[in-house]
Amino acid sequence: MLELQKVSVTFDATVAVDEVDLTVPNGSVLAVVGPSGCGKSSLLRAIAGLDPLASGTVCWDGEDLAGTPTHKRGFALMFQDGQLFDHLTVARNVGYALRLRGRPRSSLRSEVVDLLALVGLEGYGDRLPRTLSGGERQRVALARSLAARPRLLLLDEPLSSLDAEMRVRLAADLRQILEEAGTTALLVTHDQAEAFAVADRLAVMRAGRVVQEGPTDEVWGEPADEETALFLGYSRVVRGPGAVTLLALVDEEPLGASAVAVRPSALRAGPLPEGGADAGATEAVVRSFRLTPDAGRLVVSVEGIGDLDAVGVPGWTAGPGDRVGVQVDRRGLVVLP
Amino acid sequence: MTRTGRRIAYAVLAAVPIAVFAVFFVLPVSAMLERGLWPEGRFDPGAVLQVLARPRTGRVIWFTLWTSTVATTIAVLLGVPAAYVLHRLRFPGRGAVRAALLVPFVLPTVVVGLAVRELISTSGPLGFLGLDGTPAAIIIGLVFFNVAVVIRTVGVAWESLDRRPGEAASALGASPWQVFGTVTMPALRPAILSAASVVFLFCATAFGVVLVLGGVRYSSVETEIYLLTADLLDLPAAAALSLVQMLAVVVLLVVVGRLRAVPDPTVRRSTAAPVRPRTRDLPAVLVTVLTLAAVALPIGTLVAGSFRREGSWSLEHYRAMAGSADGLLQVSVADALEASLRIAVDATALSLTLGLIVAFVVTRRTRTRTGSRVRSVLDGFFMLPLGVSAVTLGFGFLIALDEPPLDLRASPLLVPVAQALVALPLVVRTLVPVLAGIDDRQRQAAASLGAGPVRAILTVDLAVVWRPLLAAAGFAFAVSLGEFGATSFIVRPAEPTLPVVIYRLLGHPGALNYGTAMAAAVVLATVTAAVILVVERLRVPGTGAW
Repeated sequence: MLELQKVSVTFDATVAVDEVDLTVPNGSVLAVVGPSGCGKSSLLRAIAGLDPLASGTVCWDGEDLAGTPTHKRGFALMFQDGQLFDHLTVARNVGYALRLRGRPRSSLRSEVVDLLALVGLEGYGDRLPRTLSGGERQRVALARSLAARPRLLLLDEPLSSLDAEMRVRLAADLRQILEEAGTTALLVTHDQAEAFAVADRLAVMRAGRVVQEGPTDEVWGEPADEETALFLGYSRVVRGPGAVTLLALVDEEPLGASAVAVRPSALRAGPLPEGGADAGATEAVVRSFRLTPDAGRLVVSVEGIGDLDAVGVPGWTAGPGDRVGVQVDRRGLVVLP
Repeated sequence: MTRTGRRIAYAVLAAVPIAVFAVFFVLPVSAMLERGLWPEGRFDPGAVLQVLARPRTGRVIWFTLWTSTVATTIAVLLGVPAAYVLHRLRFPGRGAVRAALLVPFVLPTVVVGLAVRELISTSGPLGFLGLDGTPAAIIIGLVFFNVAVVIRTVGVAWESLDRRPGEAASALGASPWQVFGTVTMPALRPAILSAASVVFLFCATAFGVVLVLGGVRYSSVETEIYLLTADLLDLPAAAALSLVQMLAVVVLLVVVGRLRAVPDPTVRRSTAAPVRPRTRDLPAVLVTVLTLAAVALPIGTLVAGSFRREGSWSLEHYRAMAGSADGLLQVSVADALEASLRIAVDATALSLTLGLIVAFVVTRRTRTRTGSRVRSVLDGFFMLPLGVSAVTLGFGFLIALDEPPLDLRASPLLVPVAQALVALPLVVRTLVPVLAGIDDRQRQAAASLGAGPVRAILTVDLAVVWRPLLAAAGFAFAVSLGEFGATSFIVRPAEPTLPVVIYRLLGHPGALNYGTAMAAAVVLATVTAAVILVVERLRVPGTGAW
């Protein structure tokens, strides 16, 4: 189990990581998410022993790792762009850690074949890294890290150098591979989708501090504050009287709520029936309308609340200035503490 | 401009340096070879073979090979750790140490020879080792001179080496030494091999150092050519040795070119921030301190020696520079310095102009195979002065440019032209990596925004190249100030340059002459070092990337 206690990392005068406490239980995957520059990569490098701690401790199973150099920690680090050794073949890259330990050639070769199969790259052993696509390179990097049988796998934005489609596919594969190998992993990323897809716990980091930590669905369902909510994919935060009006639309007492975070799909918009909005719905004016493959996306202006995002009913279009009916889904709203 | 128009423009541009090179390099060198191979107007290679069969020739070639190999090995062993310390670690005074270690490379060879001799002479600080007059003295001189090349070349490569593959290896369980062996070394190998080949080349063609330190007992190919040409007037033998030397140099240059070739020359600027030294860096730091001491000691001895007269401190040697000591010198040291500086300015302007054109032409991207072949041949062609004996060049000047229409013996441009050609490879090698490192798409982007070819060059290339250009100017100036091999042949006796005056002083007995030579060497070294320190302040990335 990895335990961080009051870990700080500084570069000259700037504090990159500020008294962070985190634990990663064995067999679990923790994602540290945050915007770029929040200190998450510095945290990862400090855990790996690549950058020194300014204060605090990094412990594994209760043992302080302060005096343990990177190569003796048993934490494999997978870089954003893989950092494959370009002068070695794929097989030699994957077998690198095994060769360091003097593994006999025959068992080494069969293990490399197994690892390449695990990441879906059978038969790639003799290729050179430069001839691979971005996704293939990341798979090789993953196999190389797993070959070291790390007690902890550190992943630095493993998917963000890939295109969108490849990212979705590899994220699912990554999750499955980590589960199958039973690997304890710590992932840092600025992409919440990547974190949701791979991790079972989430820690949100901002300006060097961890502002929220918990199981993925819990953090997603109960963001700690406005910025966290916006970072996790909530499209707007409504405050003050607007929040009260919005909650009233779903028949909820505000109970002193000052801010409500709204998901992009919380409002459903459709043509305004003759004689005004249905029960439980309200009227709004369309600000903008754009089509996406599955539905129309609107920005509507609701009186007393302001601009909100909405999803159109299938097969319906609208233009700016149109009056439409909108229905609010309570599950798309989160009252912020 | 149309494609044909552009091709014509490049061809015209390339023609200028080629013409200069043909008249002032190919012509003299081939005239020299002609004297040897066509002794009486008739092709007679037998004479050459005869020379090569002489036992003395064999001894000279063998001596050159083994001293160069040993010196290269020592320079690499000292230079690689120093490159690491000076380019990857952070400590106060790093810039000063770097500049100090660069100085020997540009010191005039005569000064280096004199400094080492003063160090190991029986009265010198290391006199007890009894190295004076041994091959070890020559090797010390060669290492002193060339360790800077290794530090520079390897250091620049090391500096731009991405830290992360090493970190990835370390995270996979590789110890620091395993990281060095499996990741760092493979990445550095081209730079180290390239530096080693160039150093070997410099050692094998060294002239001034061997001449001053070898005395009459030890002779390398280069000094032997000098001896055969100037003293024994045995031109066939000199030509034979020149031929052997040139062949070896061409082979070596081809090898270096191969080593240098990388699939994608576009520079990836990922310079890692230097880190504080850690305990495990101690051996490398010790080697660096040792190297620094080895460089500082001869210079310190030389400076101290120049202020010592008959066992006490004195400025007499410096005073002697003003007059013509013992009537030996036809001019004062001050006059010689002035002549040196004047010639250096002309030589620098010449070699910069030529070098810029060459670098520009050979770095144009080309799509056709012929085009790229022409460029790589041109690139190698202008590297030739690196390896062709400066003595051969100087003597060739005398015999090829002495009759109309090319009677240039009296021309004040003769010495600057010769020195410019000697400095040319250095200028080209400073500029080419920078120009080749410019992503061609930047020029395309400029063109797509409406910039004509000239405007695009001004916007993109000039912005990048002006610092390296200044650095190249500094190097060319320093090389010109210290050039001795070719200059000693063609300089007019009444207007000698400073290195020539120093050598003349050394050739005459007398403590005052020796002391004055040391004082003059200190003056020359100071001027050269000052120029190089200014260059170092420009902080050009990749300077000296061979």
